[in-house]
Amino acid sequence: MMLEVKNVTKHFGGLTAVNDVSFDLQEGQILGLIGPNGAGKTTLFNCINSVYPLSGGTVTFRGRQLNGLKTYQVAHLGMARTHQIVRPLNELTVRQNTVVGACFGRHGHTLRAAEKIADEVLDFVGLAARAGMPAGSLNVAQKKRLELARALCAQPYLLLLDEVLAGLNPSEVVNMVAIIRKIRAQGISIIMIEHIMHAIMNLSDRVIVLNYGSLIAQGTPDEVSQNEEVIQAYLGDPDLAERLLEEERA
Amino acid sequence: MVDTLLASLTDGLLIGVVYGIAAMGLTLIFGVMNVINLAHGPIMALGMFGVYLLFTQFGMNPYLALIPVGFFGLILGIVIYAVAVNRVIDAPHLSSLLATFSVNMIIIGLGTALFTTTFRNVDYSSLGTLTLGPITVPLTRLVSALAALLVTGLLYLFLQRTRLGKYVRAVANNRTSAGLVGIPSTRVLAFSFGLGSALATIAGGLIAISLPFTILSGSTYELKSFVIVVLGGLGNPVGALIGGLVLGLIEGVVPVFMKTTWVPVLEYVLFVLILLVRPQGLLGAKR
Amino acid sequence: MKAWRSPGLWIPLVIVVILAAYPALTDKASTRETVFNVLLAIGLASSLNILLGYTGYVSFGHIVFFGLGGYAGFYLIDVLGWNLLPAALVGGAVAGSIALLLGLAILRLRGAYFALATIGILEAMKALVINMDFLGGPTGMELNFQVYKDYGGAGQMLWTVYWAVAAIALIAVFLSFNVKLSKFGLGLMAIREDEDAAEVMGVVAQRAKAYAYVLSAILPGILGTLFFFKQGVIEPGSAFRLHMSIELLVMVMLGGAGTVLGPILGAGVYQVLRVSLLTSDVALLGLRIRDIQLAVAGLLLLLIVLFIPSGAIGWLRSRSNVLRRVLE
Repeated sequence: MMLEVKNVTKHFGGLTAVNDVSFDLQEGQILGLIGPNGAGKTTLFNCINSVYPLSGGTVTFRGRQLNGLKTYQVAHLGMARTHQIVRPLNELTVRQNTVVGACFGRHGHTLRAAEKIADEVLDFVGLAARAGMPAGSLNVAQKKRLELARALCAQPYLLLLDEVLAGLNPSEVVNMVAIIRKIRAQGISIIMIEHIMHAIMNLSDRVIVLNYGSLIAQGTPDEVSQNEEVIQAYLGDPDLAERLLEEERA
Repeated sequence: MVDTLLASLTDGLLIGVVYGIAAMGLTLIFGVMNVINLAHGPIMALGMFGVYLLFTQFGMNPYLALIPVGFFGLILGIVIYAVAVNRVIDAPHLSSLLATFSVNMIIIGLGTALFTTTFRNVDYSSLGTLTLGPITVPLTRLVSALAALLVTGLLYLFLQRTRLGKYVRAVANNRTSAGLVGIPSTRVLAFSFGLGSALATIAGGLIAISLPFTILSGSTYELKSFVIVVLGGLGNPVGALIGGLVLGLIEGVVPVFMKTTWVPVLEYVLFVLILLVRPQGLLGAKR
Repeated sequence: MKAWRSPGLWIPLVIVVILAAYPALTDKASTRETVFNVLLAIGLASSLNILLGYTGYVSFGHIVFFGLGGYAGFYLIDVLGWNLLPAALVGGAVAGSIALLLGLAILRLRGAYFALATIGILEAMKALVINMDFLGGPTGMELNFQVYKDYGGAGQMLWTVYWAVAAIALIAVFLSFNVKLSKFGLGLMAIREDEDAAEVMGVVAQRAKAYAYVLSAILPGILGTLFFFKQGVIEPGSAFRLHMSIELLVMVMLGGAGTVLGPILGAGVYQVLRVSLLTSDVALLGLRIRDIQLAVAGLLLLLIVLFIPSGAIGWLRSRSNVLRRVLE
């Protein structure tokens, strides 16, 4: 088992952002995490990689319970993530950004080894031409790819992708989807938060749905997209409901 | 023993209120724009010289002189904001710290050349003393403390009741949102900096009435203001008053029990400890 | 070693070597004193840069380590009769150890809170030393000038200390370069850019920051011993001077925070400027420049902060790719 999330709960003051969520992830799979805006998806990520201390429940990663660990310890164990709102190290070059990922990730590579990995990964995500530029000078699509590249450089067992497709144009989406497939082909397990339904339905082995912090459905993409409660939840978000329905017709 | 203690206590409380409004100026600026004004001390010193010059050159009542001095502080603060702070308001902390410190250097540099560093004092002891049981205090101290309380009250009313005061609080709360609802945030920021500086000059003026000073004296009070601000919570004006009282008490009472030279040790150790253990201050930070 | 061929290393090293050798060639005492101050500033500013420039933590009271090292070394020499060299090394060790203890505590603070805490520590230390009778209290300590005999008399001693300071300046530059191009330095710069994101990527920020703080304190501690040994006196006011701390910040900013060459350039320009302002007869609005040198320096600082916040070297690096490769 790659990841077991059991009864995870997170309160902020009186607000329950994540409420008693349980699911697990098999090795080598892609798990899609969907839900309307504000459903607590990013918060759940932050609970999984120890950015937030849990209010309740446990997260077990490859047999090791993560409660109380620091984010860097989780990183060393082989979990990497991207941020929904990109966080490039602006003044450092694109290459340095990825070298950080390789140097301090699961293997803690030496600088020289890390540079080699960084160059391969930059090539893989198509940023090699920008390697020498300051990360702050990239456009949004490039910054998204940099986030991904940094996480990949850590050579993780598990990759948490927080809306890496958002804000990309259709051809960039196609591009990114191909990259994610290749990552899975390397044996890396993935949990991805995404609003672009056709992408997530195509990529995911299984999908879980969060609404108001609670898990309301899980299963294969087909099962989930026909689930009454899920459709109900998305009707609160007409735009997404529309898209979800369209996907189904297509 | 009890008598000495009472006297020290009174002394401490009276000066503490004055420290309090000095710190209020610093904390107001921090609360509104997240800038630590390192020119705070020299601005206080200018307030001291303002009262001194109006008193010695024009024979003005030093307490009345606080009004034009405060007004001068307001204008000075707005100018400092426009010239030195506005451009770095969103830059990393170091930029605003160094920008305000450069203003500090400019004021001290010019002030030293103009006023030299010899001690001055506003000799207003004609006001006499007040004796209450075992306690004898110079009336100037008492009036200064009352004036400081008055200023605090006015500030409170201003922030709570006036439109401009509400603007200041709104910008402090969330500059972006305040801008979105049409509050001219840059002008409010400039005004807030002016207000903080006005408090500094008034506090300086009040200190000048009771204690001798030079152009360099401001830096001592600036450091005290830091301690107070941290005691009361960065960005919390009411906390500043309480913090001022606490510091005044420490300064008044501690020398009864140990050498005066231990007072600053206690103050600064307390300062660092509070930053570490309770960075929101004893009363909590802004909001 | 690859590093030795990098112009980013040898350009600053050659500059410091030439600078240090210059007074020996001219053999003028006044030149030596000016260059001494520049070399001292290079050592201090380059050390501060490890924390300020690479890690992004603004230490307003960094001079506390200069003062602590100074007091420790001075005490060993004056009271216990130690030789200068071991005393200076202990001075560095004392500064480094205290930095470790302080760092573990205050490096949890961020931004303005950290900056304030460093000011508090500087002032607390000064106030504490004033109360330490064995360190001479408020009046400090004074060396018996007989001590200089062991170093070939006062004249020879001045040269000895000069070369020692020059050596430390070189070490500081070498250290600064190697940290910047190391994995450790990369971690520091990641912390500077976004500490939380760096931790998510696996950087152990608390440990890296503590090491950076210690590294940035050791050489100032050694320099403190050397400087106050040369002065022959040490007192709290001169050992823990907030103003000097801020001068160091100005030097780093002037040359370019986070660059190797920046603090060197900044130290040189600042010291030369200070001397020329102090000796200038030019008048401005009826005030002689030398009387308002502080104000002129302040104005200069303001202009830098407002218009070229990345400093001279940072600005040059951003201008051209060639310079970016050559200058570190």
